[in-house]
Amino acid sequence: MSLDQFEGGEGAGSQAGHPMVIDAVEGDVPAATIAPAPLGHRLRRAGPAVLAFVLVIAAWEGLTRAFRVETFILPRPSLIIERFLATSDVIWSAGLNTFIEAAVGLVAGTTLGVIVAFATVRWVPVREGLMPFAVAANSVPIIAMAPIANGMFSLTSPVPKMVVAAVVVFFPVMINTARGLLEVDPDELELMRSYAASQREIMRRVRIPHSLPYFFSAMKVVAVLSIIAAIVAEYFGGSQDVLGQYILTKASLFVYADAWAGILVASLMGVALYGLVLVTERLVMPWHVSFRSAEAS
Amino acid sequence: MSDLVVEARNLAKVFGRGANQVEALRDISLRVAPGEFVSLIGPSGCGKSTLLRLIGDLTAPTSGSLTVNGKPARQARIDRDYGIVFQKSTLLDWRTVTKNVELPLEIMHIDQRSDRAAEMLDLVQLGDFGGHYPWQLSGGMQQRVAIARALAFRPSLLLMDEPFGALDEMTRELMQQELLRIWHETETTVVFVTHSIPEAVLLSDHVVVMSPRPGKISDIIETGLPHPRDEDTRESQQYYDKITEVREALRQERPA
Repeated sequence: MSLDQFEGGEGAGSQAGHPMVIDAVEGDVPAATIAPAPLGHRLRRAGPAVLAFVLVIAAWEGLTRAFRVETFILPRPSLIIERFLATSDVIWSAGLNTFIEAAVGLVAGTTLGVIVAFATVRWVPVREGLMPFAVAANSVPIIAMAPIANGMFSLTSPVPKMVVAAVVVFFPVMINTARGLLEVDPDELELMRSYAASQREIMRRVRIPHSLPYFFSAMKVVAVLSIIAAIVAEYFGGSQDVLGQYILTKASLFVYADAWAGILVASLMGVALYGLVLVTERLVMPWHVSFRSAEAS
Repeated sequence: MSDLVVEARNLAKVFGRGANQVEALRDISLRVAPGEFVSLIGPSGCGKSTLLRLIGDLTAPTSGSLTVNGKPARQARIDRDYGIVFQKSTLLDWRTVTKNVELPLEIMHIDQRSDRAAEMLDLVQLGDFGGHYPWQLSGGMQQRVAIARALAFRPSLLLMDEPFGALDEMTRELMQQELLRIWHETETTVVFVTHSIPEAVLLSDHVVVMSPRPGKISDIIETGLPHPRDEDTRESQQYYDKITEVREALRQERPA
């Protein structure tokens, strides 16, 4: 036992500031746990962020009142909330339609992105032929093609919005996932080679788990991007019962508080999608590094 | 048919082509008998790791013949005749210690994995740490897990590429002691790459001294130290004499 104590001590020392490392120096080795920190603990950690949020809203409210800022410049938060509640049936109906466009685009773009990412690992020509193109395409503001997509389908169809969202989602997902699948530690590949493991085994036991953090960091970006894409596509015409048209119409009628209420709905949907990705990420890879420090301190 | 575990004859390895050619190994002949502990030692660039990788069929020789357990190295790899430990533990982050040890067993469809893993973790004295994740362990403990994983499917040969190179001196000495114990308990043949002279002498039956540019074997020194080797061995005159012998063999080969 003295042996383990000694080494545990070394480990704890060498990774100072990392309280999850077993501190065997004290002789009593705690059971490893990656369970979330207690609720109170997490609330305390969230404290500064909540405080900052409240302060910003309060300052917004106070300053717009004090200086009598016109609502077409910046309506005060209380008015936005008032309009948000008063028009809730209309904006939530529009919001749902926009959400469906974004969600279909998100799922389609993600699915295609993952499939192509797998193809880049499986077939070298796909990788060499497609990756430079994909990386280039990823740096192009694809959203600019929104008005063109509208022309490809019937005027009120939600499909062009879904297509725009899907295209916007596709590239980050595909590039990140491919990177995660490909950029595996060469030592891990050699280890698998020493086991005479098949490509399928390597994919399943090394590449896919390795790609998950890459995949999820892409998902955090594209979840919000899909809503942006859907709304921007809506600005260029189509069905009226969508957030983009609602915001556009209200703004052109100078009913800015209503437009802001629409923006609030869009924001809430973005936060909801982002949160969904976060929760899924934790469920799928509870082992990941990025959760450790947050839960330990 | 020979009953040697490793037999290399006139082995050569050249990397690259044309003007960028680098001759990594020239005319390597080496024999490792069953149960033997052999170290490969030499300055960086002498090709000791390349030789180990050739034995493991992680790279192919340019010329010469190489058999492992009487078979071509490639066949030996496919038959899972050896386990390997690298300088980095290369544990998979997303698997617990137990699941890391079970990894080769899963791939090889070997049953009773949890029993085997528990047995192996006991062997490396980490019986209580099966549920931990690799990042919760110290560097020394991670290397123990890597050794447990390499031995989990009971290979006849253990290849080790500077396995203790990243550890601090005290942990390193403990790990050497542990490795000697594990070697005795499992009767596995070991080929061990190191750049530490005392480490090579303490652990090995034979120390293969290599020299660089191109990498070749300049001397093979039999240590002849009695077993079991422990703290007293480290302080014995014979141990110091052998260290001196290996050091001088290395020095002679140094280009002027």
